[in-house]
Amino acid sequence: MPLFDRLYNFAHWLTQDREEAEDLVQETYAKALKGFRSFQPGTNFRAWIYQILRNTFLTSRTGSKATATVPLELESDDEVLPVASDTPESILLQRSDQQLVQEALDRLPVPYREVLLLCEFEEMSYQEISATLGVPMGTVMSRLSRARRALRNTVQHLQKN
Amino acid sequence: MACERWTEKLDAYADGELPAAEARELDEHLRGCASCAAEGLRKVQLKRAVQAAGQKFTPDPAFRNRIQRSIAAPRSSSWKRRWLPVVVTAMAAVLIASAFLLTQSQRRGERQLMSELVDQHVATLASSNPVDVVSTDRHTVKPWFEGKIPFTFNLPELQGSPFALAGGRVAYVKQSPGAELIFRIRQHQISVFIFQERALEGAGGSESARTALSFEVRSWCRNGLCYFVIGDAGAQDLGQLAELLKAAG
Repeated sequence: MPLFDRLYNFAHWLTQDREEAEDLVQETYAKALKGFRSFQPGTNFRAWIYQILRNTFLTSRTGSKATATVPLELESDDEVLPVASDTPESILLQRSDQQLVQEALDRLPVPYREVLLLCEFEEMSYQEISATLGVPMGTVMSRLSRARRALRNTVQHLQKN
Repeated sequence: MACERWTEKLDAYADGELPAAEARELDEHLRGCASCAAEGLRKVQLKRAVQAAGQKFTPDPAFRNRIQRSIAAPRSSSWKRRWLPVVVTAMAAVLIASAFLLTQSQRRGERQLMSELVDQHVATLASSNPVDVVSTDRHTVKPWFEGKIPFTFNLPELQGSPFALAGGRVAYVKQSPGAELIFRIRQHQISVFIFQERALEGAGGSESARTALSFEVRSWCRNGLCYFVIGDAGAQDLGQLAELLKAAG
């Protein structure tokens, strides 16, 4: 099964619940099999199947709730989180900080969490992320930049406490 | 300061999405700018951290099995259902492979025939006695073939066209006799070969225009006869003669 482990991991990150993640992956595979004809050969298979998973998540109860609580200013340019003013040393992340980063990711709103995972963990190109999320490249870049800033702030916040 | 220009590009740089030329420029800048270099380092570190933290959840083996089963055998109860697609796929593969091989051998046959005919055309050009029946009159040339070849054909009216009939001779391919007609246009000679389709054993191929050993070749099959027009005249001339022959045939 192509991408099974990764799809499951991503689904669990989105739903934050094992059972829901399993339902989500199962539904994704069912939809992908049924809709395989709609997949155009030569286009990106990975982006296609992640897009199915994500759309399925968005229409699920958890998904619609998670995205409904996202602040409206998420995509606006005027609201920008303050840049961390600490010295570079304070953000130096050790291997032992993995749990800290995971916790910070958990706390991020879904749009930030997913774009970070697609970019850093799935190592998708901006083009692939744009296809997966169904948003223009410019939005991918600005959302990534905000997500990183938010993650950095959250990590620092967790470090202090 | 130049930094403002670069700070917003550090993300794309760390993601490897900056165009090569810009990336080189930024490289240059980072070497001389401590604050941008530090910011870049932080970005890369954060990237690495998320990359490492991203792998957090592993699917349950039982769940994996469930999905695998649901994908591998949807609604399959009998072995027939399970194996039918495999059998059908295998048969399709065999069919495609044999069709491919057949096409290949057909192509090889076509190529071989073509080079044989080009050889004959060249031999005719070089011969001091190129034709056995010397006549510009189609009503002389056509009856001459009677009894020499096992079929008959029609020759076009050439009046008003740039072509002139020079004569004809009996030609052979695959031990079967056929007609070779010589036409002249300006300084060029064109050979037209006519054979029975069944004598060519499928090597006649479909209608085509090609170049063989830098000779122009037109070929087509109609009513059991295959025509090959070969010459060093222009493609347009050959095409025109081919049309005249088709109209007559």
